Amino acid sequence: MSFSNDDVKKVAKLSRIRIDDKQLEQYTNDIQKVLGFMEQLNELNTDNVEPMANPLDGVQVLRNDEIKDGGYPETIVNNATDDTMNFFTVPKVVE
Amino acid sequence: MTDLTKLTISQATTGLKNKDFSAVELTTSYINQMEKTDNLNAYITKTTDNALSQAKIADDNIASGNMRPMEGMPIAHKDLLCTKGVKTTAGSKMLDNFTPDYESTVSQKLAENGCISLGKLNLDQFAMGSNGQSSFYGGTKNPWGNDLVPGGSSSGSACAVSARSAIASTGTDTGGSIRQPSAFCGVAGIRPTYGRCSRWGVVAYASSLDQVGPIGKDVRDCAIMLSNMSGHDEKDSTSANIPVPDFEAVLTGDVKGLKIGIPKEYYIDDMPQEIAKIWDNGKKMLVEAGAEIVDVSLPHTKYALPAYYIIACAEASSNLSRYDGVRYGHRVSGKELDEMYELTRSEGFGEEVKRRILMGTYVLSAGFYDAYYIKAQKVRRLVANDFKKAFESVDALLTPITPSPAFKIGENQEDPVKMYLNDVFSVTLNMAGLPGMSVPVGLSDSGLPLGLQIIGKAFDEETVLKASYALEKQAKFDATPNI
Amino acid sequence: MTAIIKGTTGDWEMVIGLEVHAQIISQSKLMSCSPASFGAQPNENVSFVDSAFPGMLPVVNKECVRQAVRTGLALGAKINKKSVFARKNYFYADLPQGYQISQADQPTVGEGVVTIDLQDGTTKEIGIERLHVEQDAGKSIHDQHPEKSFIDLNRSGVGLMEIVSKPDIRSAEEAGAYFTKIQTIVQYIDSCDGIMARGSMRADVNVSVRRVGDKNLGTRTECKNINSVRFIKQAIMVEATRQVEILENGGVIDQETRLFDAEKGQTRTMRSKEDAHDYRYFPDPDLLPVVIDDEFINECKDSLPELPDTKKERFINEFGLSSYDGAVLVANKKNASYFEKVASGVKNKKLAANWVVSELFGALKKAELDINDCPVKAQDLAELISLIEDNTISGKIAKEVFADMFKTSKKPAVIVEEKGLKQITDTSAIEGIIDTVITENPNQVTKVKENPKLIGWFVGQVMQKTAGKANPAMVNKLLAQKLK
Repeated sequence: MSFSNDDVKKVAKLSRIRIDDKQLEQYTNDIQKVLGFMEQLNELNTDNVEPMANPLDGVQVLRNDEIKDGGYPETIVNNATDDTMNFFTVPKVVE
Repeated sequence: MTDLTKLTISQATTGLKNKDFSAVELTTSYINQMEKTDNLNAYITKTTDNALSQAKIADDNIASGNMRPMEGMPIAHKDLLCTKGVKTTAGSKMLDNFTPDYESTVSQKLAENGCISLGKLNLDQFAMGSNGQSSFYGGTKNPWGNDLVPGGSSSGSACAVSARSAIASTGTDTGGSIRQPSAFCGVAGIRPTYGRCSRWGVVAYASSLDQVGPIGKDVRDCAIMLSNMSGHDEKDSTSANIPVPDFEAVLTGDVKGLKIGIPKEYYIDDMPQEIAKIWDNGKKMLVEAGAEIVDVSLPHTKYALPAYYIIACAEASSNLSRYDGVRYGHRVSGKELDEMYELTRSEGFGEEVKRRILMGTYVLSAGFYDAYYIKAQKVRRLVANDFKKAFESVDALLTPITPSPAFKIGENQEDPVKMYLNDVFSVTLNMAGLPGMSVPVGLSDSGLPLGLQIIGKAFDEETVLKASYALEKQAKFDATPNI
Repeated sequence: MTAIIKGTTGDWEMVIGLEVHAQIISQSKLMSCSPASFGAQPNENVSFVDSAFPGMLPVVNKECVRQAVRTGLALGAKINKKSVFARKNYFYADLPQGYQISQADQPTVGEGVVTIDLQDGTTKEIGIERLHVEQDAGKSIHDQHPEKSFIDLNRSGVGLMEIVSKPDIRSAEEAGAYFTKIQTIVQYIDSCDGIMARGSMRADVNVSVRRVGDKNLGTRTECKNINSVRFIKQAIMVEATRQVEILENGGVIDQETRLFDAEKGQTRTMRSKEDAHDYRYFPDPDLLPVVIDDEFINECKDSLPELPDTKKERFINEFGLSSYDGAVLVANKKNASYFEKVASGVKNKKLAANWVVSELFGALKKAELDINDCPVKAQDLAELISLIEDNTISGKIAKEVFADMFKTSKKPAVIVEEKGLKQITDTSAIEGIIDTVITENPNQVTKVKENPKLIGWFVGQVMQKTAGKANPAMVNKLLAQKLK
């Protein structure tokens, strides 16, 4: 599978990471190499293998519906660089 | 008085109990050693004032006979564990200004059990790396040679224990990040079973692979640390609700009748002579101690590494989406929302982090999900099944942990695949969620420490520690770096 | 009923699917222990988990799973004993994790069906594709600052059910009826408060059009986050008309997300969602599969009240109500429960239904009041109807009394007493008045004897003299005897 500069641009856009044109080639080459390495998995036939998402063979423990958290808005916004009146802020979003 | 920093946890605890020295004296020795070894760059943040006031409390507790299990032990945490009121950076510019208002479950437990925190230890950015050089705060050096890497990602954690600037430390191990730097720095480190320690409050890299664990001067110190940091946590859905054994109690040195498997697939092509040799020595040592060596096969071993990188990058790409500059951490302003996101994330993350996010995004994206991500999960199952099958006939496995001793800073850096190959012996057990320990057993031709790895069944750290302890006793590894 | 859009080149039909988002009623949020309640101060109901701080982990709230299962059962849907939470990855200002924890290929609830009631009295079945559980997003506030949007995460992480219909809907009316039906059901079983003004229920509307007779589906568009039934209907009409125009002019429809602008009455491309969607769903590695057993499902089943369709059937079968009255009465749980209270106090259930549906609902509508604020208690209305049933007052007088009750909240017996409205049922009293009228109007008596149909004139006279209080049936009967 060939991985191109355009692929880097596409995933960079999806992951909100800006890649300079200068760096583009480097990223493409590096990722191409790693993907090539990953492709050795194709040697394996995995047709009847169940995917494994988590090493624990368990099931989710469901928690009781109790309020035990919240109520500290000042602390929540305390680490934000641009907060106001306990709101976070972002550049204005136009729908 | 002898240098207090040379004492292990069990020796120091005895010393405190016998009033041979005070907790303040012990902590002060470590603070002095921190200063003396500052050039190694093991620490990102030092909390020495707080450590000293904690030491005074420890002395009070000792005086009043209320000694907790790890009373007065000056440890330090990988800067991936959130610590209340203390800057937590993940080694990244992204969190350079982040001070959490909460304490990770593991560091909380250790504090409650008497540990004193000297500070926060350097690491590869967001725990991604095997050389300890990708931190925003500069690379960490190996105490065995200032031109050598300490390994990664728990670089500061292994370095500090080796350089005696912490009596023990916490690390995290997603693909070998406790065991590999432990091996490179000549100290002991165990990655517990996935689910043994809570991940709550630990900055996530790859959630289904991450696990916190201890690094110590020897196996016993690791056992003591592990007993004091493990346990169920209802805030972590993947934390196992099973009792925590007294891990120290199994360290008898007696491994009679224990069956140790030697997986043939770990004899990789181009394995350096000295690695093969040390592995062979390890087998002899365990036989000497009474264990039985059995050849086993883990046929999918070679596929674990590529599958690991697919899964780890996929999970990381999602886990690291929260770093967007809005609620905490680095922020670069932009005219529009997306511009702010892009500038913030491009500037805040290091190169390796960005590369893994991009790869992870790619393997999850439409059209590639089945070919990469699902394929990797299936291979993960095959790798886990290999272990399951092997453990039907053996109690633990003995393998190399690194393909070489510590390499030079700057080496392997130009080629990511070459760098990833460092993890070839370590990632397999992460895929299966198993415990594994790295024990220093000898020196390389160039005089650098080499370790071996014991891998155990899920939630059977006891056997891992027991075998590791036997190995340690036989190896009589007593070399120390020249600091 | 399929609605047809008349184009210049022929007739078109709409194919509509709805994704209804219903906020789950629970104390705490889906994945954290902070309150799920509405109306708190900015970021007051927010924990470190909801604001996605480093190292924070989700833990599933049992109540949210329970509510989803209950809702699934109420929709007659298949309950999946194993479900998996997955991450839906995208960046947005109100999405702190950078992903929404949702369910992808293994939702808690599978296929089901709901029956909708249409205005012409017919019903139609609309298929449910699935119901999955997910986290709600936070709220962006755009009107507080010229260059910034403010973010409040109180809603971030509250449990949501997304109920996805099959593309079985063929008109705006059906879409409205479907949405309303879902609303009725979740309100009946208390799994969602259904209050649209608070955003507790919203819908994404998928619309495509095709020529009548065409079996293939056209390209669809999605209008997101519509928060009233009226707007759902408007958006469908506007969007379908737009698509027909494009297609008739030889254009193609882009599969895209559009925003419905109610003020302008148009839909437009959403700028912020322009880039191609690629949500990169994958199982959330912080969570394990949710597995429920028969016991859990049975407990959910046992906790369900009588559902609207069952209730309607019972009203029709037991009370002899018309299908229309039944549908109107069960459409809202509180209305139905009001009616049941009234019905339990009277003999003639049909009469009770008439009174509730026409008099009471009419008065409430006129006064713009909710049934909760109804000035007439159900027991009082039952009492009023009983007064008709035992001939204490006539139906006509009852309407006067009701009007008074609605104004003053007084008991009907008190009003009847105070105003002396008690019906005259004493035969001799009525006879006396009849005799007077007959004596005073000999000419009319002659006319009636010639043409019995004119007896109505006498009835009128008697009623006038008794201020309407004479029992009309008795008056008729006695007059007929006397004027034979």
